[in-house]
Amino acid sequence: MVENTVLHVADVQKNFAGLKALSDIDLAITEGKTHAIIGPNGAGKSTLLNVVVGRIVPDEGAVVFDGTVITGKKPHEINQLGIARVFQTPEIFGDLTLLQNVMVPAFSKRDGPTRMTVLRGLDGDTDIRILAEEILEDVGLAGKRHDDANALSRGDKRRLELAMCLVQRPKLLLLDEPTAGMSRLDTNRTIDLLKKIKASGMTKVIIEHDMHVVFSLADTVTVLAGGRIIAQGTPEEVRRDPRVQEAYLGGAH
Amino acid sequence: MDRAHTSSEPDTATDTGKPQSVFHRTSGDVPTQLPPLGPEMAPMWPPKRDLAMTLLFGIVVYTMPLWLQPFGAAYPDLMQRFAIYGIFAIGFNILFGLTGYLSFGHAAFLGVGSYTAVWSFKLLSLNVIPAIVCSTLMAGVFAVLIGYVSLRRSGIYFSILTLAFAQMCYNLAYSVLTPITNGETGLRVLSDDPRVVDSLFGTADMAVPRASIFGIEMAGMAGFWTCATCLMIAFIVALRITRSPFGMMLRGIKSNQTRMSYIGFNTRPYMLTAFVISGMYAGLAGGLLAVVDPLAGAERMQWTASGEVVLMTILGGAGTLIGPFIGAVIIKYFENIFSSLGDSALMDAFSFIPPAIEKWVVFAVSPFVGEGWHLTLGVLFMIVVIFLPGGLIEGFRRIGRLFRKGR
Repeated sequence: MVENTVLHVADVQKNFAGLKALSDIDLAITEGKTHAIIGPNGAGKSTLLNVVVGRIVPDEGAVVFDGTVITGKKPHEINQLGIARVFQTPEIFGDLTLLQNVMVPAFSKRDGPTRMTVLRGLDGDTDIRILAEEILEDVGLAGKRHDDANALSRGDKRRLELAMCLVQRPKLLLLDEPTAGMSRLDTNRTIDLLKKIKASGMTKVIIEHDMHVVFSLADTVTVLAGGRIIAQGTPEEVRRDPRVQEAYLGGAH
Repeated sequence: MDRAHTSSEPDTATDTGKPQSVFHRTSGDVPTQLPPLGPEMAPMWPPKRDLAMTLLFGIVVYTMPLWLQPFGAAYPDLMQRFAIYGIFAIGFNILFGLTGYLSFGHAAFLGVGSYTAVWSFKLLSLNVIPAIVCSTLMAGVFAVLIGYVSLRRSGIYFSILTLAFAQMCYNLAYSVLTPITNGETGLRVLSDDPRVVDSLFGTADMAVPRASIFGIEMAGMAGFWTCATCLMIAFIVALRITRSPFGMMLRGIKSNQTRMSYIGFNTRPYMLTAFVISGMYAGLAGGLLAVVDPLAGAERMQWTASGEVVLMTILGGAGTLIGPFIGAVIIKYFENIFSSLGDSALMDAFSFIPPAIEKWVVFAVSPFVGEGWHLTLGVLFMIVVIFLPGGLIEGFRRIGRLFRKGR
């Protein structure tokens, strides 16, 4: 079986006022796999995701997604190509209902970045509605579909944000600490959900602190420290790597 | 490959044999079976409720001459103002209520609309329809230009930019643009204006030129009915926008603009469209001001007028459909009725109190009426903002909830 590289981060460098946030990052994400990025605080994990989604433009290097160079493109253009991101703190539409939260990204996926539909009411669009209902059911939030998103618990907000990304059926899903601050129960539910997504063949990149999550989901693990890749391999290989133990797992684990 | 999901998900009803949609369709499947139309597919806004709201609004608007009688406000001049500023506020709410962008320069569009309407009366015809169409479109053109620049910034910087543009328009109308605006005197319709279209039909000559719709002069109640009809149309359009996918995108921008761009929306065109629509509403309102009184002055563009529409919208309830209209009615009512109350009117109102105390009551109340009507408005505004951040509409909702609980 040929393994396709979906995302290629090629020799990316990024400095913030002299601080090397990312240096010589070269990373290939394989289609259909779950790729975990771990590392101590300040290792550059979130910066790396920010480079991929277009929030930060790297000083050097390029990001290639599905054969297209996406460096320098705007966030909405990158999303339209098929990259969706779950943030570290949930970015949802607090004033909208759960259903609307999921319908909004479904519209951009179907109608593009600037379509303005006024003549046809929101309720008239049954395709989008059905899609949104199904996704809400999949993440276990269907019972709260008409609630305002602000009223949700933190764990539910994260699941809602995940639903907003899933409704777009992205080619690549980026998750920034999807279980941070969650209870054990919520964490396990999220792991189950992510396993299902993995079974569907969606490519994922996960930033995670929780080793339990990493080792139950990841096919490949990349370890960042000080803005550099210090190790890469299967979870088992990485776990045994002495440099990793020193830099990250250390005494803390 | 077996896609059966081995893991359990305790709190959902997904594992009841129904295909697990998302995860299957990512591999290219298309749902063949639609889920049953149960209560979960209930419309987000029951169409009947929207229809009822439109009808109720229509009844309230068209029966103003009746129910405003006891308030002493049932004369055409004031009711026209209610309708016109209602349009202005409903349009402003499309920008501020839906997207959260606070414009401090909407009076510029009001002024542009008025000048355009008067020029339409002067050059084309005294007919109302071309006048309000032209003023709406011209305000739209201005809104594209001002919005394009102002929307490069958000928050307070956006507000300041719009304010700066409006003040520029105001000052230009007084100085450089005097040939178009007639400066301090104001632009008015004269009996010897060309009126190209009217002269074609031989109806251009009249002693006192007044706007009209096919022979019906815009005097007295005719002016009010025209404005009320425009208000109804404006309301229905605003309702459609609010209930449309476009309206939901605008509320998404208000709620979380970052999220909007990371799920693939180019937000700038949405913002600009909302800005232009609300500018066109203001242009329509300005045009109607010229229709009921064919005179346009620069003071209509001053920043106080921009501030007034912000007050109307917040007082009634930003983001609601009817709130801005209520706010407009209340502010215009205060401006016209409260400001004209004098001490003698107060004496009449409090005549049931024993004379010895009455004098003191009148003394205490008098700063709030007449010249001091702004004080009443200010107090009311403070009370609303502090206790009812959602505006008067939120107050009504709370009262409604109390009643439902009490039953």
